[in-house]
Amino acid sequence: MYHVIVFAPLLSAIIAGLFGTRFGRQVLPEKAALILTTGFLFLSAILSWVALYKVGIGHEEADIKILRWMDVGNMKANWAFKIDTLTAVMLVVVNSVSALVHLYSWGYMDEDKFKPRFFAYLSLFTFAMLMLVTSDNFIQLFFGWEGVGLASYLLIGYYFKKDTANAASIKAFVTNRVGDVGLALGVMTIFLVFGSVNFDTVFNAIAENSDRRLPFLGMDFNAIELIAALLFIGAMGKSAQFVLHVWLPDAMEGPTPVSALIHAATMVTAGVFLVCRASAIYEAAPITSGFITAMGAFTAFFAATVALVQNDIKRVIAYSTCSQLGYMFFAAGVGAYNAAMFHLFTHAFFKALLFLCAGSVIHAMHHEQDMRKMGGIRKKVPLTYIAMIIGTLAITGIGIPGLYIADTPIGFAGFLSKDAIIEAAYTAGAIGGSNAATFAFWMGLIAALMTAFYSWRLIFMTFHGEYRGDKHTFEHAHESPKTMLMPLGLLSVGAVAAGFVFYSKFMGNAGDFWHGALPASAGEHHANIAPDHLYAAAEVSHSDGHDAVKHSGPFGWLFNHVHGYPYWVLLLPLVASLTGLFVAFMMYMRGEGAKKHIRNIEETGGTPLYSFLLNKWYIDELYDATVVKGVRKLGDIFWKIGDIKIIDGFGPNGVAAFAAGAAKRLSKFQSGYLYHYAFIMLLGVAVIIALVFRTVGG
Amino acid sequence: MFENYPILSLITFLPLLGAALLMVVTKFAGEDGRAQMEKNAPRVALAVSAVVFVLALVLTLDFDSAKAGFQFVEDTPWLGGGIDYRLGVDGISVLFVLLTAFLTPLCILASERSIKTRMIEYMVAFLILETLMIGTFVALDLVLFYLFFEAVLIPMFIIIGVWGGKNRVYASYKFFLYTLLGSVLMLAAIIWIYNFSGQQLGAPTTNIETLINDLKIPGGIQTWLWLAFFASFAVKMPMWPVHTWLPDAHVEAPTAGSVILAGILLKLGGYGFLRFSLTMFPNASLELAPLIFWMSVIAIIYTSLVAYRQNDIKKLIAYSSVAHMGFVTMGIFAFNSQGIQGGIYQMLSHGIISGALFFCVGVIYDRMHTREIAFYGGLVKSMPVFAAFLMLFTMANVGLPGTSGFVGEILTMVGAYQVSPWIAAGAALGMILSAVYALHLYREVIFGEQTNEKLNDITDMNRREVLILAPLAIMTIILGVYPSLITDITSASVENLIANFNAATATAGN
Repeated sequence: MYHVIVFAPLLSAIIAGLFGTRFGRQVLPEKAALILTTGFLFLSAILSWVALYKVGIGHEEADIKILRWMDVGNMKANWAFKIDTLTAVMLVVVNSVSALVHLYSWGYMDEDKFKPRFFAYLSLFTFAMLMLVTSDNFIQLFFGWEGVGLASYLLIGYYFKKDTANAASIKAFVTNRVGDVGLALGVMTIFLVFGSVNFDTVFNAIAENSDRRLPFLGMDFNAIELIAALLFIGAMGKSAQFVLHVWLPDAMEGPTPVSALIHAATMVTAGVFLVCRASAIYEAAPITSGFITAMGAFTAFFAATVALVQNDIKRVIAYSTCSQLGYMFFAAGVGAYNAAMFHLFTHAFFKALLFLCAGSVIHAMHHEQDMRKMGGIRKKVPLTYIAMIIGTLAITGIGIPGLYIADTPIGFAGFLSKDAIIEAAYTAGAIGGSNAATFAFWMGLIAALMTAFYSWRLIFMTFHGEYRGDKHTFEHAHESPKTMLMPLGLLSVGAVAAGFVFYSKFMGNAGDFWHGALPASAGEHHANIAPDHLYAAAEVSHSDGHDAVKHSGPFGWLFNHVHGYPYWVLLLPLVASLTGLFVAFMMYMRGEGAKKHIRNIEETGGTPLYSFLLNKWYIDELYDATVVKGVRKLGDIFWKIGDIKIIDGFGPNGVAAFAAGAAKRLSKFQSGYLYHYAFIMLLGVAVIIALVFRTVGG
Repeated sequence: MFENYPILSLITFLPLLGAALLMVVTKFAGEDGRAQMEKNAPRVALAVSAVVFVLALVLTLDFDSAKAGFQFVEDTPWLGGGIDYRLGVDGISVLFVLLTAFLTPLCILASERSIKTRMIEYMVAFLILETLMIGTFVALDLVLFYLFFEAVLIPMFIIIGVWGGKNRVYASYKFFLYTLLGSVLMLAAIIWIYNFSGQQLGAPTTNIETLINDLKIPGGIQTWLWLAFFASFAVKMPMWPVHTWLPDAHVEAPTAGSVILAGILLKLGGYGFLRFSLTMFPNASLELAPLIFWMSVIAIIYTSLVAYRQNDIKKLIAYSSVAHMGFVTMGIFAFNSQGIQGGIYQMLSHGIISGALFFCVGVIYDRMHTREIAFYGGLVKSMPVFAAFLMLFTMANVGLPGTSGFVGEILTMVGAYQVSPWIAAGAALGMILSAVYALHLYREVIFGEQTNEKLNDITDMNRREVLILAPLAIMTIILGVYPSLITDITSASVENLIANFNAATATAGN
């Protein structure tokens, strides 16, 4: 079954790519290529759900070896699958979203001339992503890691005539490579320390190596911390965390289905997956975990601030993705790997939904992406509007705090998963005493407020108010075809239900669902979410009575379900979300709404803070001025001065100038072609050797 | 199966025989028959090189990879005085023979259309070149090796000098000057070793096996000899800072010349390090490894940056070759399984990938007669097949996992990391820079709007070109997915090499 899940997309990618495009004979009709790729993906998706059921409920984990790969000295890595709950969850996420995106693309890419190529790339991406999540060793993970990078590069640059698309695709690949270097060095360190790159071997040997020191680049590190940090650099690249985030917004140059699949639901979550997969390492690396918490929290905050002012509908969602990934990381940083995975899971549904809705809007508006030129189009695209509202309710975390039915809280998907993260951060901070976690808790709350603001701003600017674009476009705006609406419907179901259906599984008792795939401490509900070193502190607080108190009275239920933290922690995220909604409403739904703000900014140019945010904190400019320019300059210096002036100048050309003088005197021997000399000289050399050896050997 | 037949001699000299045949027949055909011969020459050469390939394949299949020593050994008296005609292959050399035999027919196939003048002489030169290249890898006598090793340059000079571009004289001159310097020093070292072997072993010899196993060269002198050999190998690799001949040579060489230059000739240096430096001068190798390390890392970073700024497609790929060879030297001088096997792997893989890249350049050069990057752009529109092939090889050049390029890079880095994280980290920077220059090239040539009107009628790859590139593409992927195909063959010999190396350096340390 797992062979089918993973290799079906590869097979369809190869067939569609070789026989459906102009590359080969194009024996396959376009329609056949589309049916094949989409059909295989749906097959994979259905089997993935079966797999999740078998592994998550039935605990039928599997290790499947496919082929020997690298086998050099004691470095051995196979092509192999390691199927546990973590993998099964990723299989479901990847294949479900991918299948729906394939279907959606039928409508969205309708006018495209190279459809089979597009579908082949999508399937190829899916295959690489599946290899990443099923890997049983770090090398195959690296294969998938770079494979999705390739697919991402190809798809961002899909509109290859557009210069911006080409630039964005290279930026994505190169920025990711920066992270990949970290990952590669991490894998090398793992091999050095453990003598193996296999997950099981490495994770089982962590305890005995936890005190090992390792020199690296002139400094002395704890080996496990070093590994954790290097792997995280890789994760930062792929998951667009601050410093290495610059490629993700630009990646929106790709077609919108690509943004939904790769740059929202699946590939960008690979970093989170890596940290969770290697959670055994991070459990033993408290310093790095603290760093991850802080970085994740800061990214959640930073990206949200930028999203506040963007005008491109896709860029808003892109920064939103960046910000939500930050949440996942700080959850993992405080040891709540299950909460991180839970958010990854729910986010995949509602973020894919938001992107596909945006795509539906863009499709309706003839490829207009600027929200300033939209407004009031809800009547034109009513179903898209509803779906997008559902997605927004999910991402802004709307639900009823404290109400549990059958041990399951009630709310949209994002409410359950995001709150779980914020609560975990609070617990790790207040009870575990981690400053990074406390920072993350507050950043998470502020970001939640901003999330609500920019999400609703998007809704209000796009669907409400007065239309601001050109008339012609508006008149021709139309609801999308069924192939596009169907995925919206299914993802809407996910955005509503993924939270409460899976809450008890993801967040429930340790060992039950995860069954060893994540550290035991991660599964034991909120209070005990903290990693081992926080565990003791949490135990103490229990005896303090935080948890034990039973409240009575009409609202007693609200307190009794609160594990180890005061009830305001439970309420604050919702309050933040509603505040964001309120502010957005006040700004964009009253009076002239968006129109007034747009005019204001056109007239005044906006405040300095506005420009600062609009220009994404000027980070791209900073990189351009330093790294990009620096590389070019250095290349020129090495080439024109190093090679030409110094090496050639003193080397061959210098000798040539010297020899030219001598050559003039010998000009009568000049036959014009240098190779004659060469030939004669070497022949001479050969004869001399032979003679020398004869004499010496005599 | 072939232990008792001189299969190595056959493989080595069959191309030479073919060349002789071509010359003789042409002579007899006279002026009238020449036109016919011009047409037939490539076919004859192709047939000969195809037979050589089949034989090399049989040789490889028949090779017992469990054994570490030399196989198919031939030993015939030659010059006397311990200088004999000895051939043999081990796990390190056998695959280079196969690689040479694999690339040569493809080169001949590619030349049939792109070479316009003196076809017969060209084919003769190419067949002689093949003999000399294979001879270098199979020679088990130091003098015989030296003859092949240096003589290889002659047909290469001629190919660049006669069928090359505008600046061919300067290029071949530079090429010659660099290599000559190395050769002279190496020759002096060989003569010294020959004399010394007489003193230490009783009778002088240039038998490589004997020299490796029995000769114990004292420490101080080892260093000098090592440096003398190094001078020759470093130029051939080429290592920074003696690399500047390579871009010029590539730019001027005809397509097939570039392919052989990048595919095989650059491997002679690496092969030399493995065969001689590590075995005969182990202590000097260990002592001077840091020098090699730093030169390798500088090569990787420096030439990658230079590659990025090139305006000429071939120059860009040539500089990228220097960077890739940096991984090879880095791996070899890590003295562990991953490093050395990775180094060998990187050489074989680079032989295929860079060969393919130069073929790709040839495809558009044949059509437009320019290699200027700025001239092209938007080729994907009219040349989708070409674009797909170039994408594959570009990604392989970047070292994407799943292609052979990755295996070599990661293994050499893993090997180097065990010795020095600094070096591995520096080399890892090359991973980023290779993406920078390779994707830059691809974007400028293939993507974007096609603005140059001269490109309007450019045609996609023809069947012959697909036939040439397809095997290379298939090998790139097969070796990326199943590298054991190679490492199983190299393993025993490399482990043996490392064991001897460790034994030698350990005793010296005491």
